[in-house]
Amino acid sequence: MEVIITTFPWGVVLILVPLFGALSCFMWPNVARYLALSTAFALVMSVIALAVRLITTGSYRHEIGGWGAPLGIELFADGLSLLMLAATAVVGFAVTVYSIGYFPNRQLLRFLPIWFLLLAALNALFLSGDIFNLYVALELTGLAAVALTAMSGGRAALIAAMRYLFATLVGSMSYLLGVVLIYHSFGSLDFMILAERVEASPATWSALGLMSIGLALKTALFPLHFWLPPAHASAPAPVSAALSGLVVKASFYILLRLWLEVFPAGHSLIPGEFLGALGVCAIFWGGLQALRATRLKLLIAYSTVMQVGYFFLVFPLATVVAWHGVLFLLLSHALAKAAMFLAAGNIIYFAGHDRIVDFDRIAQQLPMTLAAFALAGVCIMGLPPGGGFIAKWLMVQASLESGQWWWAAALILGSLVAAAYVFKVVGHSFTQTTVREKTNVVPVLMEWTALALALASVLLGLVASWPLAWMEIGGVFAGVPAR
Amino acid sequence: MNSSAALPLLILGSSLLPGLVIFFLPESRVRTRSALNLLGALLKLVLVGVMVWGVFNGTSYETRLPLIPGLDFVLHADALSLLFVTLSSVLWLVTTIYAIGYLEDSPHRSRFFGFFSLCVTATVGVAMAGNLVTFLLFYELLTLATYPLIVHRGTEVARLAGLSYLRYTIAGGALLMIGTVWLYTLCGTLEFTYGGFVHELASASTSRESLVVIFVLLIAGLGVKAALVPLHGWLPQAMVAPAPVSALLHAVAVVKAGAFGIVRVIYDVYGIEFAANLGVTLPLAILAAATIVYASVRALFQDDLKRRLAFSTISQISYITLGVATVGPIAAIGGIVHLVHQGLMKITLFFCAGNLAETLGVHKVSEMDGVAHRMPWTMAAFTLGALGMIGVPPLAGFISKWYLGTGAMAAGQEWIVAVLVGSSVLNAAYFLPIIYAAWFREAKGAWPAEQPRGSAETRWTLLLPPLVTALFALAVGLLASVPFSPLEWAQLIAEREYGR
Repeated sequence: MEVIITTFPWGVVLILVPLFGALSCFMWPNVARYLALSTAFALVMSVIALAVRLITTGSYRHEIGGWGAPLGIELFADGLSLLMLAATAVVGFAVTVYSIGYFPNRQLLRFLPIWFLLLAALNALFLSGDIFNLYVALELTGLAAVALTAMSGGRAALIAAMRYLFATLVGSMSYLLGVVLIYHSFGSLDFMILAERVEASPATWSALGLMSIGLALKTALFPLHFWLPPAHASAPAPVSAALSGLVVKASFYILLRLWLEVFPAGHSLIPGEFLGALGVCAIFWGGLQALRATRLKLLIAYSTVMQVGYFFLVFPLATVVAWHGVLFLLLSHALAKAAMFLAAGNIIYFAGHDRIVDFDRIAQQLPMTLAAFALAGVCIMGLPPGGGFIAKWLMVQASLESGQWWWAAALILGSLVAAAYVFKVVGHSFTQTTVREKTNVVPVLMEWTALALALASVLLGLVASWPLAWMEIGGVFAGVPAR
Repeated sequence: MNSSAALPLLILGSSLLPGLVIFFLPESRVRTRSALNLLGALLKLVLVGVMVWGVFNGTSYETRLPLIPGLDFVLHADALSLLFVTLSSVLWLVTTIYAIGYLEDSPHRSRFFGFFSLCVTATVGVAMAGNLVTFLLFYELLTLATYPLIVHRGTEVARLAGLSYLRYTIAGGALLMIGTVWLYTLCGTLEFTYGGFVHELASASTSRESLVVIFVLLIAGLGVKAALVPLHGWLPQAMVAPAPVSALLHAVAVVKAGAFGIVRVIYDVYGIEFAANLGVTLPLAILAAATIVYASVRALFQDDLKRRLAFSTISQISYITLGVATVGPIAAIGGIVHLVHQGLMKITLFFCAGNLAETLGVHKVSEMDGVAHRMPWTMAAFTLGALGMIGVPPLAGFISKWYLGTGAMAAGQEWIVAVLVGSSVLNAAYFLPIIYAAWFREAKGAWPAEQPRGSAETRWTLLLPPLVTALFALAVGLLASVPFSPLEWAQLIAEREYGR
């Protein structure tokens, strides 16, 4: 048994299972919901198996069809991939369960195939070991995400989806240009080979510049975030959860890989300080807009803009502790933000709107949903025991250790802003009211899903030592200074 | 995990688990909820008893779990944590009984008791925290658990009070966190140790200035909850909460956690000698003294009974800070023992204020004429508590003030004695008129909102708790030199902190 787990190519399974799921949901619509549940469950189990394999034997490569680089396609999994795959599997499972309650049958049948296609693309992205495969997976992810955004129909959703499409295409185009430049100069696409060959030259600088800009656009770094709030706010709730929780992180993950493995420091036109400064702008601009928002989903979307700003603080800090902090933030944000959007979905399902001032009428009849929002909020604002607290701790520690206290100040002030907008919502839910609105009964499973994700994001802080240990598998941080 | 590592976790769990279950109980299951609450409270008391007994016989209790590389989640039991743990478990039991009576038939009780249990869990966690990061964890958890209790009434005033509370405490928590992380980057450890760890690890290369700045950050973060002037603004506003919450906030949970944290930072992080050497204790003592006098003066002018008590809390809680910041073992005893004494007296006063409001609709001092004829037992308890606050022998407050005063003399800081005398005069000035009016004036007429009267003056669940705590306040004063009394514990703690 153990031999099977530690030798089986789980990476391939992780890509094939959702592809098969997409196909089967399309072909057998009558049993689609059961197929969907089994696919999502199989994904979770495969990630667990992959985790066991990685923990026992370290990082691994798989040559598809026996053809290795530079000719064939290689899958590559280490601790970093594991972290992202785990987040994808957990959020993916929750969203699948939730969507079965959320969508009416006809919409569900349109949703499921594209949804599993998205999961397959994400998994492929996190398992890619070369920059062109990353491009393919990135493009697929973007297109599937745009299609899902447009699902709710409506004028606003279509406009938002068109903007999103524009942003995602320009982003991947810019990335592709960078890939072409790199291939032209160094004759390889593989991470490992590139890491040895890359040297400082105008071509490298421009390539990394182009790739970084494209990826920053897709990650919605301020001021390239314009497409995110309308898209995430107008998509159906389970889609928003996946977009904010997972899709935004896919492009950021590529950026991480490039900075960590391919390009040693100083090979970029764009210094880390510049990205960090944009991150700080994102923190405050996103926070401010979230504070001003009157609709819940828009508030959560701007909160994502803000959190993306936190991610980019890793580039000026660039120590092992900082990388740990940011990766942990990716994980906890995925869970917490998905929980928030699912909670918002419950409220919309229940009341038909998401106006924050009218929450007092809703909160008392949906205590579990509000609890989910509040718990996820604890994680987002970085209070213990949420995962966000550990991430904040590590990042503050990294910035104080390296003597760059100003990033710590931005982090702490940002978390105060986050607390302000979370409690703006929660504060309304304790006030008494006698007004009752005409409402729909929310399926219990939807409420539980949101609460379970939120609980996971909060309890993550208590088991932080595990994911922090997984990150080290494969020695991604070997070239990073300790402090 | 052996039993000595499991016990601290069990003590946390004895309030955490009932709390979590209660959240999911339907509103109508009154009996189940009360039974769970009382069972949890009793169990915690028993477990704490076991722990005290164990520590007395030389067992050391420590739970250690990895949090992040290099930092552990640590719960332990030293003399200081035992003092606070015992106080909170005893008062939790009493307050639970009171709250069950007080909230009879009011809405959202499952929510209330759920958060109530979480609040106690966080307090106990604060008490048993074995390093600064564990302390921070529970300290922030306490903020989150008390917020729903403060806004429990659901009025607009409550919502605003809750917001104000969050503004202060979350900002304070942020300062505390910066200070903690900074200290960690300098020292590489955060474990509480007798005599402090900063002086050993802060090498010559670390500037004293940054240690002073960290101290200021930590004290500012803790001072928000300990209501040090000018960080006290949230406390009088938080009075909109139901009486049992105010009682818990002022006697055990929030305010006390802040004061306890200050004691920890000075003794077990910096070490009293090193802190004095840095020159940070005198400014802190002056700040505490200013708080004592300022809040007492403000209390004089409050007509709302609970607001008057709130300002009295701000003043009294600073005795703890003052006792610790006066560098000297005798004053330290006074400060530490006041952790317990203030809790017993203040909880009595808030219970009584709640009884007056709940039974007669009396909220203001000016409505209290002759109230003792209607509610003699309640007012007897109130009088004991108030006299204790003033420092009349042989009540609890007298012991605290005596040690603070003689300690200040011994440490050569006579000005503190003047502050103590002034404060006692002010205490008398705002408490004695209440006592006089209640006992010796005639009632003006009908009470504002009198509830139908049974055979006793009010429900027994409301009457019993203040009587019990008032008797405690009397007992800890009368029997101060008996083994296991709070004073004996405080002496033990002070000996350890100074005894090297």
